[in-house]
Amino acid sequence: MGGFMDRLTGKSRKSAYQAKERLQLVLIHDRTNLSQSVLETMKDEIIEVISRHIDIAPDEVRIEINKDGRQQRLIADIPIRGPKRRG
Amino acid sequence: MAGKVVTITSGKGGVGKTTITANLGAALASRGQRVVCIDADIGLRNLDVVLGLENRIVYDLVDVVEGRCRLRQAMIRDKRIEGLALIPAAQTRDKTAVSPSDMVRLCEELRQEQDWVLIDSPAGIERGFRNAIAPADMVLVVTNPEVSAVRDADRIIGIVEAEEKGPAQLIINRIDPEKVQRGDMITTEDIVELLAIHLIGIIPEDDNVIVSTNRGTPIVLDGRSKAGKALRNIAGRLLGEEIPLMDLGRQDGFFSQLGRLFSGGGR
Repeated sequence: MGGFMDRLTGKSRKSAYQAKERLQLVLIHDRTNLSQSVLETMKDEIIEVISRHIDIAPDEVRIEINKDGRQQRLIADIPIRGPKRRG
Repeated sequence: MAGKVVTITSGKGGVGKTTITANLGAALASRGQRVVCIDADIGLRNLDVVLGLENRIVYDLVDVVEGRCRLRQAMIRDKRIEGLALIPAAQTRDKTAVSPSDMVRLCEELRQEQDWVLIDSPAGIERGFRNAIAPADMVLVVTNPEVSAVRDADRIIGIVEAEEKGPAQLIINRIDPEKVQRGDMITTEDIVELLAIHLIGIIPEDDNVIVSTNRGTPIVLDGRSKAGKALRNIAGRLLGEEIPLMDLGRQDGFFSQLGRLFSGGGR
């Protein structure tokens, strides 16, 4: 039963899994026409605009595209540094 | 009641559009429906050979559109299957010989006397594809369980939606359950999740298909073929019947794999 654990855990290395992962990325790109570098540029610009008004943590900002059925959603997670920040 | 116009398309070539169109036509006609199949792939016609009607062509789609014959004269009746007819594509012209509005006009006329008008779309997203979807009441997108076919299907689904012909419905063709089981073929569930549209049918890989294409006899007439059964099921769903998806013998979920491991079998 040498293949037992492989068959239980090996799914992530299977080519079908890679096909799905690659398709997930390529479909988001095809549907939105947004490349990773454009996303990075947008992120920098968003940080710049928001920083003018409130104090945020630029290194912790996350911008990503989420899929919701056939709709794509741009999700920005921007942690705010409060004035009375504890810890 | 006026007939329904269904376009079968895919983006990528070679995924099985023509075979599926021919067989859905044959399956619907053998259920007593009046069906006409239109080959919209002008310059690269093939629906005629898949249906085994290539020797009986006199007039074609372009002859009808350009007024060289009456619609009825271009319809080749299948002598084996009552109620099935084909309008072949022209072979010596290109896709610009027909326009989307020509197709809409033609289908308006056909739907008065037919229950179903099935249009076999050419591959690609250009004029021929636009012609094929222009008159559609329903669009069936065919894909294979491979990266390039799924990607192209996604593009097509997007265009069909933008043209307000959606939501398209999905057919996954040529599934090999053993490859799925080995983890070397993307699963039906994953494709449906990626494309996020309704699945109307899955068709297994089946060696009988090449034999039936060689002979020009629709596979749906072969009672023993799995692909034939899968295609008859899709025809049944088009008729509004509730038919569960075909069990392809092997499940790919974690728990069924686990079950197989402990039962010690590969069945």
